[in-house]
Amino acid sequence: MRHLLDTKTLSRADALEILDVAEDMADTQQREVKKLPTLRGKTVVNLFFEDSTRTRISFEAAAKRLSADVINFSAKGSSLSKGESLQDTAQTLQAMGADAVVIRHGASGASRTLATSGWITAGVVNAGDGTHEHPTQALLDAFTIRKRRFGGGSRGRDLSGVKVTIVGDILHSRVARSNVWLLDTLGAEVTLVAPPTLVPQDVSAWPARVIFDLDDAVAAEPDALMVLRIQLERMNAAYFPTEREYSRRWGLDARRLEVLPPGSMVMHPGPMNRGLEISAEAADSPRSTVLDQVTNGVSVRMAVLYLLLAGERAGGPANDEREDAS
Amino acid sequence: MTALDSASHRNPRTETLLIRGARLEGGGTGDLLVQDGVIAASGGTLSRAGATVIDAEGLVALPGLVDLHTHLREPGYEASETVLTGSRAAAAGGYTAVFAMPNTSPVADTAGVVEQVLALGEAAGFATVQPIGAVTVGQQGERLAELGTMADSRAQVRVFSDDGSCVWDPLIMRRALEYVKAFDGVIAQHAQDPRLTEGAQMNEGAVSAELGLAGWPAVAEESIIARDVLLAEHVGSRLHVCHLSTAGSVDIIRWAKRRGVNVTAEVTPHHLLLTDELARDYDASFKVNPPLRREEDVRAVRRGLADGTIDIVATDHAPHPAEAKACEWQTAANGMVGLESALRVVQLAMVDTGMLSWPDVARVMSRTPARIGRLRGHGTPLATGEAASLTLYDPAPTRTFSKEDLHGRSRNSPYLGRELPGEVRWTVYGGVVTVADGALLDAPGVRA
Repeated sequence: MRHLLDTKTLSRADALEILDVAEDMADTQQREVKKLPTLRGKTVVNLFFEDSTRTRISFEAAAKRLSADVINFSAKGSSLSKGESLQDTAQTLQAMGADAVVIRHGASGASRTLATSGWITAGVVNAGDGTHEHPTQALLDAFTIRKRRFGGGSRGRDLSGVKVTIVGDILHSRVARSNVWLLDTLGAEVTLVAPPTLVPQDVSAWPARVIFDLDDAVAAEPDALMVLRIQLERMNAAYFPTEREYSRRWGLDARRLEVLPPGSMVMHPGPMNRGLEISAEAADSPRSTVLDQVTNGVSVRMAVLYLLLAGERAGGPANDEREDAS
Repeated sequence: MTALDSASHRNPRTETLLIRGARLEGGGTGDLLVQDGVIAASGGTLSRAGATVIDAEGLVALPGLVDLHTHLREPGYEASETVLTGSRAAAAGGYTAVFAMPNTSPVADTAGVVEQVLALGEAAGFATVQPIGAVTVGQQGERLAELGTMADSRAQVRVFSDDGSCVWDPLIMRRALEYVKAFDGVIAQHAQDPRLTEGAQMNEGAVSAELGLAGWPAVAEESIIARDVLLAEHVGSRLHVCHLSTAGSVDIIRWAKRRGVNVTAEVTPHHLLLTDELARDYDASFKVNPPLRREEDVRAVRRGLADGTIDIVATDHAPHPAEAKACEWQTAANGMVGLESALRVVQLAMVDTGMLSWPDVARVMSRTPARIGRLRGHGTPLATGEAASLTLYDPAPTRTFSKEDLHGRSRNSPYLGRELPGEVRWTVYGGVVTVADGALLDAPGVRA
């Protein structure tokens, strides 16, 4: 794998490989000494143009547990805030010898531009680009669903027949986009629930059903109900009238949680707005996978960095080094 | 006009040219004799001792092309283009006149600025540079600029536009349409509802939904065009719609023309050929305003141009420095250079598809744009006594469009690496050769 830019173009085989390597990585994280020597001597740069402490520390933990050197490069307190271009920043990282660049950027497509510009030779991992994609989030979500559903028998399995419902601001959500493509590739059935104002104008090409009523979605007994964070500033742009009305129509409250089948999992990419899109009852219930998602995020990102930086050198994941590691 | 007068009557660089065997607008082939800046004779077999003989067998003779929508960036943005470099690019593309949009710095909203642009064009000598005046002061959409003073200036401005800024206030638009009737002017509107396109990055549709780029909906163009044709009808004024890009816009113009509204419309070469699918790699070469649309819109604007609903092709030549394009899509500038590629793209999209004949091309790329802009001495037939501004074009070759084809200061063409038919062999501007045998001259009329 040269880069990980999106899930739209990720094949089923590549997706399963990442998930299976992540299983191996998760196993190593049960040990007392979690650190592996795998990426010793490699340099991973976390290039964050947007604040995202969660995603950054998840990637940082992943890289460090593989013994890579990690450089955190954030827009604040660097030349970026003085208006340095993406090109100059990228070439600076290249000159410093970055082997992989994990980029979070507010502009859709920035990670692709970085990867295809010729400015750097490093592998690029998209850690969220504007309202486009956030592929490692979707991979960790798929990993979490698979793990909950199949437990120790997860390896090699896809999500055929699993019903996943995503509720929230689909229009501005890179998490939703990455999940739609990946879940479809893995055979899941995807339903999107949102106010009509927060669905893209033309989703006819999306492999997902779009409905506007969360009660109908809950009644359809999804295996996983993924709740997205709602940004309050959307209210000012007339996407919905008030916080209270949003919560009433599209929030996962205690009443809807009761209707949801006991086996359904409740997911949220975090950070949560408790009492808005998700109630405390839902967030804290045993059905919530929120903290599993955080834990699994590290394993999935270890897998991605491993496949980017070591997979090529060692000829794939089924190599000696990984067997050493597991 | 003034520039042409000087070219045709006083310019010592005019040549006597005997053009042999060109395909003429009437359909057949024949000779043209150019002398003292005018066409001295046309048709049949001609001869003239001492004339430079051009073998034009297989070449299409077109009246010099006229671009109603060019950005020359001077004054103020000379890093992107100057009047000289832009008019050289125009000559290379077969143009002998360009209308310069007013979004310069300072904005061309006074007689002083439009006269400066006119003078720079005359000094360059590659083409007539006809300034367009801003409709409102600073293109701010609030107060009318001194339209009459610009009309009365040496630049004789007849086309007024706030270009990239839509004249959105319906009352200001109404007043502007009314006011320019006093001097036979026209308002050229960039139809874009500002509220519906806040932060817009590309056509709103299936592709923008996937790419997560904020959408520029067709309705933001169509609603302004619908309003403006009704305003133009109400006050009996002349309206020109810049670079329309959607199927719905074509329908509205068709409806308006049937009602007798005095409206003309233009389409760009890129909207005749390219679609929003090209945004998929986030390559900002394809970022333009209005944005590239869907395949069905491309088909609709081609049909509209073929059936006369759309009157002209204009380039919206918009030079930008490399750094304005080599960046994130969202940060990148809108616009494409287009003067050097326009005729070739029109051949590919319209002529090779059988939708336009070469006489039609002469109409949509020369005669009608000159008429809309009230530009005398351009867009005239290649007939005895008319100004000798013409283009000899070879439709036969097909070559990859490359940076060597670009002659302006900027390189932001969406066609680099793409196969395009045709080649401009000769451009003659008021009897002065600017392109000779496929090569742009360093100075007009000065041949090695």
